[in-house]
Amino acid sequence: MINLLAVKAIYFHEMNRTRRTILQSIISPILSTSLYFVIFGSAIGSRIKEIDGVTYGMFIVPGLLMLNLLTQSVSNGSFSTYFPKFNGTIFELQAAPISGVEMIIGFVGATSTKSIFLGLLIIATASFFIDLKILHPLLMVFFLLMTAVTFSLFGFVIGLWADNFEKLSLIPLIVITPLVFLGGSFYSINMLPEIWQKISLLNPVLYLVSGFKYSFYEISDVSIWTSIITILLILFILIVITLLIFKKGYNLRN
Amino acid sequence: MNKSFIQIKKVSKIYKNKFAALKNIDLNIQEGEIFALLGPNGAGKSTLINVLCGITYHSKGTIFIDGVDLTKNRKKIKSLIGLVPQELHLEAFETVFDNVNYSRGLWGKKKDDNYILNLLKKLNLDDKKNNLLMQLSGGMKRRVLIAKALSHNPKILFLDEPSAGVDIELRKEMWDIIYTLKKEGVTIILTTHYIEEAEEIADRVAFINNGKIILVEDKNVLLNKLGNNKLVFTLDKNLKKVPAALNKYSYKVNKNKSYIEFFLSKEKNEVSDILLSVRKSKMDYLDFNIEKRSLESIFVDFIKKEKND
Ligand SMILES: Nc1ncnc2c1ncn2[C@@H]1O[C@H](COP(=O)(O)OP(=O)(O)OP(=O)(O)O)[C@@H](O)[C@H]1O
Ligand SMILES: [Mg+2]
Repeated sequence: MINLLAVKAIYFHEMNRTRRTILQSIISPILSTSLYFVIFGSAIGSRIKEIDGVTYGMFIVPGLLMLNLLTQSVSNGSFSTYFPKFNGTIFELQAAPISGVEMIIGFVGATSTKSIFLGLLIIATASFFIDLKILHPLLMVFFLLMTAVTFSLFGFVIGLWADNFEKLSLIPLIVITPLVFLGGSFYSINMLPEIWQKISLLNPVLYLVSGFKYSFYEISDVSIWTSIITILLILFILIVITLLIFKKGYNLRN
Repeated sequence: MNKSFIQIKKVSKIYKNKFAALKNIDLNIQEGEIFALLGPNGAGKSTLINVLCGITYHSKGTIFIDGVDLTKNRKKIKSLIGLVPQELHLEAFETVFDNVNYSRGLWGKKKDDNYILNLLKKLNLDDKKNNLLMQLSGGMKRRVLIAKALSHNPKILFLDEPSAGVDIELRKEMWDIIYTLKKEGVTIILTTHYIEEAEEIADRVAFINNGKIILVEDKNVLLNKLGNNKLVFTLDKNLKKVPAALNKYSYKVNKNKSYIEFFLSKEKNEVSDILLSVRKSKMDYLDFNIEKRSLESIFVDFIKKEKND
């Protein structure tokens, strides 16, 4: 039985924390998205010819969205579980009659809500700069939702694992960002030499970006089904890992 | 057979760094009693509490609480327990009210603003309810932690040094709260370095040292059994020689011979007997009084004995 009241308590506790820093949460994505559009959409983008039939400004929207979703989900997610360890309030989560699943739903729910909100904000900002079209809105929402949840959960796990601030920023910095940039966010992989196209296919983020691109413009690097399966698979693996961590009490109890 | 509410059998705790903080602890705690854990710094008091609250796991032994095996159903046991930790770990930017409410939610209790407001009033926090936690003094933070622990109506309350940094007035109020909780049937386990506190409120005490329980006893029995009281005479002039008539008692004269203390063994008429003998022996004195032995001195003796062993 899931203790809904406890889940609610965690969720709103986390959402309140977000509310306290709302300005920062809104302004930074709007600002960075705008910068991308000014630089890559207008300044440089105007010299780049259309990719797969869409302007460069339009082309980068899904990638930009993915970049922000991934980095923000991971960093917010990891912060939300690392922070109680850092300030000592973890004792309460340890002493409370809550299961791992309840903790995950509460924390990851709050982080993903924030990410989804952020994604919508980026789409809204983008629509000021370009002529935005979304061919498969439902599919887009599916990817938005799944990506937010999956990578919030990934962040959650990193927060459990990290025991200092360095580790906390390590994964987003050396794993997430490169994978997004190399995952065809700002180019199409068929612009690459063949060998790099093959290597790119090892990058799971590529499948996610591709899925997003498809939902927007029906252009993609891999088939849409591959993308859907990839995201479901990543989520499944993460859930299994997280539950195992809870079972072992790893880094939660000494 | 009447089983104990909390049964701790042969429990050991070895931390990751191989340090044994609890060694083969056996302890039974009854429902509704106030139980005090006394011991020097590093004795293992907090470790024991943290094990019982599920914050850390024990390495060996079994623990039953309310008939439930701790390792089998932690969730059920945790739902009975409120904990006031030793360290003042709190968020910084949340209000007192929200934070106390959060605890209630974590324990799966329905929102009840009136209950929380009353609780804050009882703990003298009602005028701070909208303050951020970072704006509170240390003693107020301690009170918030107490409010958080009580926010979800626990059946068992652990107080790890509840009165550290709390002023005398509030300490008295806290004792009142503890008495009230006891009346409501709450089992209370506390640690303290203020022995008067244990003497004042505990039903039973345990001395713990080096991860081992060295004594568990009913407080009054302990004070009676080990608390040999003393009859102390403050002398007029420094005494040259103790009158021979007094030699049949066990006594001690201090260094500059300004007072003499007789050790009482709780025999009938003992005090009047000594008083008579003193009068007969014509020993001059200014004053006399009976000194009751405190838990503190018993405790200090015990720790000393442990060290010598
Ligand atoms: N996480 C830990 N890892 C290793 N050793 C620990 C850990 N926590 C506590 N200890 C050790 O266990 C022993 C008991 O600590 P504990 O906190 O239980 O003492 P205490 O009786 O509560 O002391 P105090 O009166 O100072 O609060 C100490 O020697 C301490 O150094
Ligand atoms: Mg302690």
